[in-house]
Amino acid sequence: MRRTLKQTIDEILSLAATHFKVPKEQLTPEDDFFKKLGIDSLQALELLTRLENHFQVELPDYEMQGVTDFRTLAERIQTRL
Amino acid sequence: MLDLRQYNSLGAALRDALERWPDETCLIEADREREDSRLTYRQFKEAALPLARALQDLGFSGGGRAAIIMTNQSKWLLSAYAIFYAGGVLVPLDFKLSAREHLQLLSHSKAEVLIVEHYLWRGITQTEGFKDLKVGTVLVTEAPAGVDLAGARRWEEAKGRGEPAFVPRGLKDMACIVYSSGTGGRPKGCVLTHENYLEQCMALTALYPFWPGVRYLSILPTNHAIDFMVGFIGPFTCGAAVVHLRTLRPEYVRTAFPRYKITYMSLVPMVLKNLERGLKERFAELPRHKKLVLDCLIALNRMLTRRRPKLGLSRRLLPQVHNAFGGELRALFVGGAFADPSTLQFFYDLGIQVANGYGLTEAGTAVTLNDFKPFRADTVGKPLPGMEVRIIKPNPEGIGEVAVRSKTLMPQYLDDSEMTAETIIDGWLMTGDLGYIDPTGHLYLVGRVKNMIVTEGGKNVYPEDIEAAFEGLAVKEFCVFAANYIWPERTVLGEKLIIVLRLEQGQEFTEALREDLATRNRGLPDFKRLSGYVIWPTDFPRTTSMKIKRALLAESIGERLQRQSVMVEL
Repeated sequence: MRRTLKQTIDEILSLAATHFKVPKEQLTPEDDFFKKLGIDSLQALELLTRLENHFQVELPDYEMQGVTDFRTLAERIQTRL
Repeated sequence: MLDLRQYNSLGAALRDALERWPDETCLIEADREREDSRLTYRQFKEAALPLARALQDLGFSGGGRAAIIMTNQSKWLLSAYAIFYAGGVLVPLDFKLSAREHLQLLSHSKAEVLIVEHYLWRGITQTEGFKDLKVGTVLVTEAPAGVDLAGARRWEEAKGRGEPAFVPRGLKDMACIVYSSGTGGRPKGCVLTHENYLEQCMALTALYPFWPGVRYLSILPTNHAIDFMVGFIGPFTCGAAVVHLRTLRPEYVRTAFPRYKITYMSLVPMVLKNLERGLKERFAELPRHKKLVLDCLIALNRMLTRRRPKLGLSRRLLPQVHNAFGGELRALFVGGAFADPSTLQFFYDLGIQVANGYGLTEAGTAVTLNDFKPFRADTVGKPLPGMEVRIIKPNPEGIGEVAVRSKTLMPQYLDDSEMTAETIIDGWLMTGDLGYIDPTGHLYLVGRVKNMIVTEGGKNVYPEDIEAAFEGLAVKEFCVFAANYIWPERTVLGEKLIIVLRLEQGQEFTEALREDLATRNRGLPDFKRLSGYVIWPTDFPRTTSMKIKRALLAESIGERLQRQSVMVEL
């Protein structure tokens, strides 16, 4: 069954929390993940690879261009599910 | 390598290179762990010349300007060669700019041809101002079947029949127009000649030679001045190969080294730090006794290479580290921004030479480079052959503005004689950077004279360029500054941007205003974001034409406010 956007967001938050070792409760869909996780754009790309493996999709690097919050990231992934 | 003194243009040198090493591999393109394509110099020629012919059939001729907007890939180089072959002027645009900025620079450069990747073209066509685009021919790469290309043609189908005419160019002719920044109203288009590039190539390859069999890993886009030189012109004029990796993801960058037995690579400080972090994590996971042995070997290598690098010895002492980099790595070139000395030292202690330097588009590419005689992590090296560097009006400590003179210097900014006259004085390029030269001839950078920052990703950011994002903010007036411009600090690391707000009479700084500021800030690319804001109590000083007197305003703020007391996180 196809995931809903809400489910996708939730899974992204879980993966980000695990990967960057932060409590998931501290993350919200609207968070600027660069600031909240204290990461740079390369670390954001590392997260993207984790997400690709989890969701079984392929996302070109440029899909991350201009994306700063979890919700937008989830929307980009959702269109490819 | 080719004797570049005998050539008058990049096109002529590249044409001979393709004839000289027909069976050598020149390009490999990989995406993640897949290899997409591999070309010999002969195949490169067979792919590029029909494109040159197609451009000529479409009316493109000597001196015409053609822009490329593409991510890091083989088609960039094929297109650039076709443009040079046809005698054209190349306008390499940064693919990371917004579509609006692309439109602005296409207009400013007067490009008549645009070669662009499909996803970027889609963005351009959906942007206000697209209907005013005056580019006559647009070739789009990698467009999916059946999509509307809004009047463009497919790059893959642009194959003219018959030999294209090779159009010779002279040393002083324009080769490229490279935008160093300034999309916010006053684009800085550096006009670089064929002589600028040929001279730079000779200087760099004298220090770091390429030859057939050398493999250069390209992860920076070729529009980047460093990659254009050491990931295209340098290797091609020496018969070497360029490996394009179409992703910047650290895990794939790491695996590309052993897979392709990489010899050289260029990167920006941010990527270098990421590699450092990856290695440190792996070291930390080692069992305690192995970590102890590793630390001892690193200390031994450091001691034995104190005076000069000994690559063979380092490879024997630390084989696992060197094998992780493919076992054939000779140097990493780091540029575009200032690299943290501790990171450089970390790699040097492992026996991996990171050639850090200093350069700017206006001066070709590199001005200084570390020569490892001995390694000095705290400096940006010595001037390259043919480069003269001097310090203007040094203070008692010897610190002043860095000025450069050489044959690699651009002759002018495109269509801006005023800015050219401010920047090049009596043949010397005023860099806007502050530094000093030590008794051994090494250049140290300690800050900037100009109102700008350079990010660890190698991006020059001019505060004026990002003010458009805050237009309409509910304040009386505002102005963006590099914090170091107001409160000079002796560092070129961790530079920050701030916005100075002048509120209306009686206006309060409300939560709604802070939220508007933060939202607009989030909408900017990460490297352009503000770090904080300052409320300023008086009207900004302005010229008679109502332009803000930025230098005067910065001086007043610096005198009346402390840096720490006003920086409020956004």
